[in-house]
Amino acid sequence: MPPRKKEISSRSPGSSEIPRMEDILSSIDSFRQWLKERSEPAEVSARFLAERAAALDKDIKAFMRSDVAAVMARSKKAAKAVQNGRLNGVPIGVKNNICIKGALTTCGSRILEKFRPPYDATVIEKLENEGALLIDGANMDEFAFGSSCETSYFGLTRNPWDLSRTPGGSSGGSAAAVAAGEVVAAIGSDTGGSIRQPAAMCGVVGFKPTYGRVSRYGLIAFASSLDQIGPITRNITDCAILLEVMSGYDRRDSTSVNQPVPCFSKNLSRKIKGVKIGIPAEYFSVGMDEKVRKRIEEAIEVFRKLGAEIVDISLPHTKYAVSCYYIIAPAEASSNLARFDGVHYGYRDPDAEGLIEMYTATRSKGFGAEAKRRILLGTYSLSSGYYDAYYLKAQKVRTRIAGDFKDAFGVCDCVLTPTTPTTAFKIGEKTDDPLQMYLSDIFTIPANLAGLPAVTVPCGIGENDLPVGLQLMAAPFNEEILIRMAHAFERDTEYDKLLPPVSGKGKEADEGLRR
Amino acid sequence: MKNTGKKKTITEDIVRHAAKLSRLHIDESEIAKFREQLARILEYITQLNEVETKDTFPTTHVLSSMKNVFRKDEPAESLSVEEVMSNAPEKKGNLFKVPRIIGNP
Amino acid sequence: MKDSGGKYETVIGLEVHLQLATETKVFCGCRTVFGVEPNTQVCPVCLGLPGVLPVLNEKVFEYAIKVALVLGCDIQKTVKFDRKNYYYPDLPKNYQISQYDMPLAYNGKVKIPDGPEKMKSIGITRIHIEEDAGKLLHDPERPYSYVDLNRTGTPLLEIVSEPDIRSPEDASRYLVTLKRIVKYLEVSDCNMEEGSLRCDANISLRKQGVSALGSKVEIKNMNSFKAVRDALAFEQRRQADVLGRGEAVAHETRLWDEKKNITVSMRSKEEAQDYRYFSEPDLVPFEVQGALVEKVRKDIPELPEAKECRFQSQYGLGDKDAENMTISRETGDFFEKVAEESGDAQAACNWIKGPLMMHANEHGTDIAGMERDNSGLSVGIAKIIKMAQKGILSGLAAKETLKIYLDTGKDPAMIVDEKKLGQISDETSILEVVRKVIAANEKSVADYRNGKTNALSFLVGQVMKETSGKANPKIAGEMLRKEIEK
Repeated sequence: MPPRKKEISSRSPGSSEIPRMEDILSSIDSFRQWLKERSEPAEVSARFLAERAAALDKDIKAFMRSDVAAVMARSKKAAKAVQNGRLNGVPIGVKNNICIKGALTTCGSRILEKFRPPYDATVIEKLENEGALLIDGANMDEFAFGSSCETSYFGLTRNPWDLSRTPGGSSGGSAAAVAAGEVVAAIGSDTGGSIRQPAAMCGVVGFKPTYGRVSRYGLIAFASSLDQIGPITRNITDCAILLEVMSGYDRRDSTSVNQPVPCFSKNLSRKIKGVKIGIPAEYFSVGMDEKVRKRIEEAIEVFRKLGAEIVDISLPHTKYAVSCYYIIAPAEASSNLARFDGVHYGYRDPDAEGLIEMYTATRSKGFGAEAKRRILLGTYSLSSGYYDAYYLKAQKVRTRIAGDFKDAFGVCDCVLTPTTPTTAFKIGEKTDDPLQMYLSDIFTIPANLAGLPAVTVPCGIGENDLPVGLQLMAAPFNEEILIRMAHAFERDTEYDKLLPPVSGKGKEADEGLRR
Repeated sequence: MKNTGKKKTITEDIVRHAAKLSRLHIDESEIAKFREQLARILEYITQLNEVETKDTFPTTHVLSSMKNVFRKDEPAESLSVEEVMSNAPEKKGNLFKVPRIIGNP
Repeated sequence: MKDSGGKYETVIGLEVHLQLATETKVFCGCRTVFGVEPNTQVCPVCLGLPGVLPVLNEKVFEYAIKVALVLGCDIQKTVKFDRKNYYYPDLPKNYQISQYDMPLAYNGKVKIPDGPEKMKSIGITRIHIEEDAGKLLHDPERPYSYVDLNRTGTPLLEIVSEPDIRSPEDASRYLVTLKRIVKYLEVSDCNMEEGSLRCDANISLRKQGVSALGSKVEIKNMNSFKAVRDALAFEQRRQADVLGRGEAVAHETRLWDEKKNITVSMRSKEEAQDYRYFSEPDLVPFEVQGALVEKVRKDIPELPEAKECRFQSQYGLGDKDAENMTISRETGDFFEKVAEESGDAQAACNWIKGPLMMHANEHGTDIAGMERDNSGLSVGIAKIIKMAQKGILSGLAAKETLKIYLDTGKDPAMIVDEKKLGQISDETSILEVVRKVIAANEKSVADYRNGKTNALSFLVGQVMKETSGKANPKIAGEMLRKEIEK
């Protein structure tokens, strides 16, 4: 089914006509406005989810299970606690690797199938302080190892644009849920592109903040020096609101930076005339879909029209980014995942005799193949005799990759690239060849290696009527320029209005709710 | 850290050794497949050797501005013992229970 | 120090782990109280739950720098932490946050006694900060173990000595010296029974005159200073026997068995541990700023060696006495208070090392404990000393007063009054008794006049008898002399 473009509606909320779900869901503000007009906002919001989202999710499976009672309970709590929060009653999906006290936080893995943390992640506290209605259980690749959401122990998530395709990963559930309108916004985590790549493949906005901008306390670690939590939203304004709420120094995270959080959601419409956009040659000499290339070139022209200056730059170490990442990330992961051993929490093999056998059986049954692969790779590159050749070498190349960007930001304000080389791929297409899967992260990985903020915004339709994402990266702590640029682009192109088709079940639920 | 600086082709024995170090059991029927997959990845990664890094410092922390983050020596609330034990697979009273290491004195 | 056989030189290195006495753990805010109910001092961070992060306790950093300065070490300009990866149930993350290639401090030394009047240096290779693991308890009957994580995350300081120690006795001296210094700094309880001080040893033998090191054996499970000495002595003999038979000493880890007084080989592990050290990404680097080092340095109290010297020169104490009075910082401080109050340093010393320490031992406490129970202790003791000086109390009466004072804490002057312990010192009363005694002991008086000086002591004794021991013997003696020589 071809995508629909929303007709510009002249209706305003509160008019006598019944608003359509797409309008209500198009932004945090529209949703809050709609809630205000209902007599029982909290109940409505919860019922909205329980029915509409559950109906949609039957096909998409963005959430691992729907726990209606829990959702209703949380919504009451959220409504009671905060009257004037910026996110009152707004349903926000949470990737299942961010700890919510008492909720099943599984990381898409059997080894945490029944794990309920006794504490909240810092970002959860911040979102709930603004009255957000958190929907936990957004599906993900196991332990965030993957780019397709196909390695989750609990089953795969489908792309709302084409149910035979993956939504990308590892924050596939979060991105799919936002694209399908099951939630108004979501949060995910990004280690090598895990927010940006699925956001691009689902036609929504995804933002990875500067490393250290958002606290990692409560994010189940994949690669500690690369991970960041970030928002996935319909539009850049919502993204800015969530960033503002989630960012800030946390004394429980030694790597969180003590810098004031700018008002990201203010002054969005400032002009971008004169802003210098760097176009790195190396990103465009790599293989990518023809239509992806076309959309990016068109986007560059839009920016030129809006008054930005286009500058050719070079990031010479780009080609080493994937290799560098696939040493450092698995190495850190192999150590971060050592704690899953059946002793203090998580799955334990019930039949093993003896401690070592218990460890081995628990971990072998608890982890999937990709997790094992990465643990083996990481262990190997840290082991005696190989550390210098692999891990140390990769850390040095990382310095060079970061150095490329430092030089680049001397001549431009932000860097523009495609987010992914292709549009969404078919389920099962890359599962036999791990290396192929890794290579699809080629455009997103460098931002993690260099700790830079990066955003993806939809920039049109590509191969097979699927969305294409445009990536912008900036110098550390310069999220503002990215938001400004994205906003200008969005206003001009209205690509945020492009929506995937709604399934039949979703339509039924919509009818029921429009009273 | 001891090293030879050499990169070797990954063998099945090396896969078994890495598995042992990380407390994983790989079925013999799967060792060959894992070895092949890892070998391809490592083969790709050898391109890092093209980069001259003799005088480059390794990045241990990506933003060098972060230094000297401390907390004060002031007590904070611990978890209740129920919360501590709430996810324990097996316990005896308020102690985590594990099988003995076989053969340990 | 002669080693076994005289043919071999013993080479010992010691690895000491000190639990730092901070209020909270090294990377989280849990308390560090010893002996509480299992798993009641645990939070998500030290439980190693997924998603948690460490944050360094600044007091740990300061204490570590203090110890490093006092042990004469060079301090690393930029300090970082590393992960030491291995699996064990008392280590919830299955890695320990420690320091590998850039430890906090290195290149220090400790001076230990090397015979009378001589000292020798033992080098300190390195000092680093790390986190402690939990406690593993083994079920005696069933094949299970139980884990208590209260201790997980307690700050540890690892102090590694150079292999400069040449005998088990020297090893013991090293530990005693280290403990005394560290206790002066008040950064650790240094209690081996409670586990706040732990020691592992490495020992090897080599032929006299050879510089290469022999095959090294690691000894663990020594739970007291005596155990360290005994274990090393046993190992010294064992290795000498092995070498004497022409065999090689196996490079292994052995455990000390306190009951059987032998070391036992640990079942050899299949291969050496590969800890896969790498920089801890969750902790930032720490620059040791000059200002911090100076602040810590200023906070360093007078150290035992310096205090000993000062007590000798300022108070005229002899070697042994000075050593006794500086056995702990509390003892030294207490001694000075009593010495100043009473004006008699030697008396203060005698009383402290004698009756006070005996009282402390009998009651299972120490000077510090006694002061806690009676904050005016030093003043009280000084009062008794002064009364003895003034002749208000005889030696015996003073001891009696002290005993009652320590037991009851009552004001010494009141004790003397109530128990009528006061010495008779007024000359009129004594003169009366003196004359009486002279009259009753003509023979002794004659003996004294004839040069028998002992006779005077006898006569003094008679005066004491007459006064039920209350007369001031000095005054009695003088008066007797005067009267007799009249």
